[in-house]
Amino acid sequence: MGIRFILMVNKQGQTRLAQYYEWLTLEERRALEGEIVRKCLARNDQQCSFVEHRNYKIVYRRYASLFFLVGVDNDENELAILEFIHLLVETMDRHFGNVCELDIMFHLEKAHFMLEEMVMNGCIVETSKCNILSPIQLMDKTS
Amino acid sequence: MEQLKTIGRELAMGSQGGFGQSKEFLDLVKSIGEARSKAEEDRIVLREIESLKRRIVEPGIPKRKMKEYIIRLVYVEMLGHDASFGYIHAVKMTHDDNLVLKRTGYLAVTLFLNEDHDLIILIVNTIQKDLKSDNYLIVCAALNAVCKLINEETIPAVLPQVVELLGHSKEAVRKKAIMALHRFYHKSPSSVSHLLSNFRKKLCDSDPGVMGATLCPLFDLITNDANSYKDLVVSFVSILKQVAEHRLPKAYDYHQLPAPFIQIRLLKILALLGSGDKQASEHMYTVVGDIFRKCDSSSNIGNAVLYECICCVSSIHLNPKLLEAAADVIARFLKSDSHNLKYMGIDALGRLIKLSPEIAEQHQLAVIDCLEDPDDTLKRKTFELLYKMTKSSNVEVIVDRMIDYMISINDNHYKTEIASRCVELAEQFAPSNHWFIQTMNKVFEHAGDLVNIKVAHNLMRLIAEGFGEDDDTADSQLRSSAVESYLHIIGEPKLPSVFLQVICWVLGEYGTADGKFSASYITGKLCDVAESYSSDETVKGYAVTALMKIYAFEIAAGRKLDILPENSVIWHMECQSLIEELSASHSTDLQQRAYELQAVIGLDVRAIGSIMPSDASCEDIEVDKSLSFLNGYVEKSLEKGAQSYIPENERFGMVNISNFRNQDQLEVTSHGLRFEAYELPKPSVQSRTPPISVASSTELVPVPEPSYYRETPQTAPVPSSTDTGPSGLKLRLDGVQKKWGRPTYSSSSASTSNSSSLKVVNGVTQVDGVSSGNSKTHETSYDSRRPQVEISEEKQKLAASLFGGSSKTERRSSTGHKVAKASSHASEKFHTSKSTTIYSADNAVEKPNLVQPPPDLLDLGEPIVASSAPSVDPFRQLEELLDSTQDPGTFGGTKAPDFMALYAETPAGGRSAGVALPLSLNRDGDNLIPGLSNASSNTVHGGTTVTNPSQISKGPNVKEALEKDALVRQMGVTPSDLGFTLLLFLLRSRYMEKATSSAAPAKIGGGGGGSRRQSDLNRSFKLAIRSLLTSCSKQELAKAFSNFSNAEQESLHRLFIQDEFESLCLETQVGTALETVEQLVEEKNLDPLFSEKSNIMDAVQNLSMAKRNEIHYLMGMLEKAEEQNRCLQDRVELLRQKMPDDSGISVVMEKFKSGILSYGTCSDGI
Repeated sequence: MGIRFILMVNKQGQTRLAQYYEWLTLEERRALEGEIVRKCLARNDQQCSFVEHRNYKIVYRRYASLFFLVGVDNDENELAILEFIHLLVETMDRHFGNVCELDIMFHLEKAHFMLEEMVMNGCIVETSKCNILSPIQLMDKTS
Repeated sequence: MEQLKTIGRELAMGSQGGFGQSKEFLDLVKSIGEARSKAEEDRIVLREIESLKRRIVEPGIPKRKMKEYIIRLVYVEMLGHDASFGYIHAVKMTHDDNLVLKRTGYLAVTLFLNEDHDLIILIVNTIQKDLKSDNYLIVCAALNAVCKLINEETIPAVLPQVVELLGHSKEAVRKKAIMALHRFYHKSPSSVSHLLSNFRKKLCDSDPGVMGATLCPLFDLITNDANSYKDLVVSFVSILKQVAEHRLPKAYDYHQLPAPFIQIRLLKILALLGSGDKQASEHMYTVVGDIFRKCDSSSNIGNAVLYECICCVSSIHLNPKLLEAAADVIARFLKSDSHNLKYMGIDALGRLIKLSPEIAEQHQLAVIDCLEDPDDTLKRKTFELLYKMTKSSNVEVIVDRMIDYMISINDNHYKTEIASRCVELAEQFAPSNHWFIQTMNKVFEHAGDLVNIKVAHNLMRLIAEGFGEDDDTADSQLRSSAVESYLHIIGEPKLPSVFLQVICWVLGEYGTADGKFSASYITGKLCDVAESYSSDETVKGYAVTALMKIYAFEIAAGRKLDILPENSVIWHMECQSLIEELSASHSTDLQQRAYELQAVIGLDVRAIGSIMPSDASCEDIEVDKSLSFLNGYVEKSLEKGAQSYIPENERFGMVNISNFRNQDQLEVTSHGLRFEAYELPKPSVQSRTPPISVASSTELVPVPEPSYYRETPQTAPVPSSTDTGPSGLKLRLDGVQKKWGRPTYSSSSASTSNSSSLKVVNGVTQVDGVSSGNSKTHETSYDSRRPQVEISEEKQKLAASLFGGSSKTERRSSTGHKVAKASSHASEKFHTSKSTTIYSADNAVEKPNLVQPPPDLLDLGEPIVASSAPSVDPFRQLEELLDSTQDPGTFGGTKAPDFMALYAETPAGGRSAGVALPLSLNRDGDNLIPGLSNASSNTVHGGTTVTNPSQISKGPNVKEALEKDALVRQMGVTPSDLGFTLLLFLLRSRYMEKATSSAAPAKIGGGGGGSRRQSDLNRSFKLAIRSLLTSCSKQELAKAFSNFSNAEQESLHRLFIQDEFESLCLETQVGTALETVEQLVEEKNLDPLFSEKSNIMDAVQNLSMAKRNEIHYLMGMLEKAEEQNRCLQDRVELLRQKMPDDSGISVVMEKFKSGILSYGTCSDGI
């Protein structure tokens, strides 16, 4: 499975994007988001970017006001996931140009589309920015 | 500043305008963004829900507006509120033709619904449609949805299309299709078990993205079963090498590192494959070493790859050099200031420690630092490392540390985990009993009820059994120290229930064992426990039982006087009141225990001693199931005249005859689940013989098959191989001819005069081998234009013997091969000129993905007959060729076996069908079926001799295949009338899906009746085909016949499917259906009034069309023949020049000319 979920949360703990790769009910999502966001936001910069939570790990990274949290299985390479987050941000940056929280909020579906290209079934399937963005750009053109 | 930025963005967006977002939406997003608390956010969302509920149902919402609503719904759900009222609109949006809307719809649906939601059923159809779209982006969107929404039940609905998309021209589609298969594998491994080879294939995809994605499913497959993929080690290593050498497109680089995510996944796969496999590991050493050297250790991603290398090294077979490199990297990680790297370093150290414990020693200080670190994550990781490096020398320190940490944390999940680790370590390495008990006490005290109840049971057992040493004193010491410590602890408030259970049990069992404590002291303590934890029934139950044990032991030890309630001080008032209270307890369990206690202490010493033996908790309790101790009582009763006991089953049978009893017993035994497999269906001859078949045929039919085998001595090995294969994949070739070559079909043969004799002959042929000149055993070739082909009995027999043994080699060499070279060319051309569908089987080998028509009678796959003599006199060949065309009699006698062989063998290119075709034509020539026989068939005789000089010898299974086909041929159906032929054809054409569509009209002509039945048949065939194509795994077959070439496996697979198919036909009662139709047709034919005009018109039209086709086709043949003639003439000319005085040549020429002449006359006769 690898990646179980990807969350984007701002520093107030408000969810900005949520993508789960295993089905959770609305209540479960709420509870989980509350729990892990509290855990991660409480940490400082010196501490490492990984948090163990129940039987999986959360790898998180902060960009300005936005936290990216990725829940992964225990055997996943944490550093690689950390860099995957950065790749995601770089990709969004390339598309939106200096991406910020509001870009994601206003273009929630596009952020999702990018994730759809990058991650399938909880596995990282695409890491080339051109490949990730080309369908989205094509869609922009047609619309 | 942030506000400014926000405004700026809004302005920017407003200027772009193209996004088409309404002010409403912008306001919503802004207000959500500006919400300062969760409560405020909730208020906004609730308001939004109200407005959406109202507006989304308004009629005539513009699509763009709808899209916005859907995204607002996504927001609602994302922020934790239910948006189910709008799901249906998201579903509707997936139906839209506009790509953006469609994809948004799919996105929303995947976010809203889980795979078991009721609405999914509405989407599956859309997905199916979209998977076929020309727009690859739509296909991609649909595949995304497939990966999220398809569950086990809906897999079959999309599976064929997904498989097809694996060959799509767009790499994005291929990639997503592979991931869809991956998802199916997760959901239901069996659904794609026959498609797993696709993952291997896609590993070699030209696009690196597809290859990278394929690694994901392969990783899962290898995790489950590494051994089946050992052959890929070399491929993975070479891919990794290429990736590391920067051979992938630059686009995959990340921070100057070539495709690091692919590298990491490959390393993970290699770690799995190399685990415990020295040979596989040796392939990997170089490339892993290279990566160690090349990786940039200054970037995070470089370190991520390095970490994965360490994981790989620790998993594969040990290599000192790599180990050293790994240790260096770990040292760097641990020395780094970054907590992330330290974390990775600790983790990596934990992996290497089992290979080389001394590495940890170098990093002692770093490890201690991490242990002291305030960062919880790092601390835990370090504890994990400590857990791995625990041994008896350091167990005390480590477990103490762990317990301290356990006490300090609140996270129940981790508390449980660390507690169980402490217990495990304590059990494994405890230096002393005292320490062990103390440690366990601490764990129980602090982790309390988080500790798994099993741990408690384990502890009790451990105290009872001791540490396994034979030293009894050590065991009793352990028990005393346990009792002592428990008596000490028992006074503490709020002990966890699990711990109290242990305490009660131990006190009851061993409290008085060493005599240190008096029974009264302990019972007092137990009563206290029962009282202070009065709400915990389990603890109370334990306490009461412990009390009972102590009293029992006391009584058994003879201290009876002290204990009886009446005269004892020990019997506390406390205790008495407790027992009384429990006797009236609501819990039946407690009640029972209390009564038991009272009953037990009232018994005498001997009885108590046997009820409650001291220190016997480890003894097995023997239960005398036969109740032998009652024997005396029974005997006494019998003496007094009581009736003896009759077992239940006998009681039942008493009244009836013994026979019935047997039956009854049988029934009894047959109840319940059967675990052995049901036996394979036997080819039951009787059941297959249709009920209306004529008596003579029913009698004869069963005979031919076995006698046929018996008659052909060379086939001896063949049946044996059929019989021995026990696997389910075994090709059941026996009885095949009856399925297709049903005698009842021939019973209503066209020529009514000889129909009955035909049947007899048909049977007799096989039995006696009597050759009968005028008997016509028709065969339905799959090419319905020439369905009626005659095979003489002689041929059949010879063919049969040919398939079995070596004789064919001789015969082969005696006939013309060389001519083949020239004529094969012609025949090949002829094939290609025909409709391609018919010969799709020809390409089977080259295109494995091609959906092949299930095996037909003529479809022999690639069986290959023995090699031929390479050098044959061309003249003789020529002569023979001409002979055969002129003289059907000799032809039948001498050539037949050859043709059978020809038909079976495959010219290198796999043109099996191509060979089969001329064969049937060849028979046409002899048969002279009116209307279909033609001059060109002579020409095709040339084609018949098409053989490939290079023939490969075949295995036994191929022989079987050949034999089967021979049988099919022999028992060939004799189509009785057109109506029947129509059905048969229909059957076949359905069955072959693609083939012979052009030829259909020819046969449809005469078919009047039974159209309803046809549709029924059609349905059943569709059903059959679907189930066939989905159920028969080529993989399995390939596995079973692994020593065969792909082509052979292919053909076997087809044969296998055929078998399956035929049994399905039987199941669906195609036979009876056919016969009923046949009957109907016959009846209609008898009835002169029954002839619908339209039918006749149809017939005429169809017939004329067929004729036209036929003529067209024959013209083509003619041309081919002429060309061939020219070739031959040239050749003869050449030869004549070479050998001018060879008198034989003129004879040949003569023959040849007459051949051409006869050919000419025939063609005139069209």
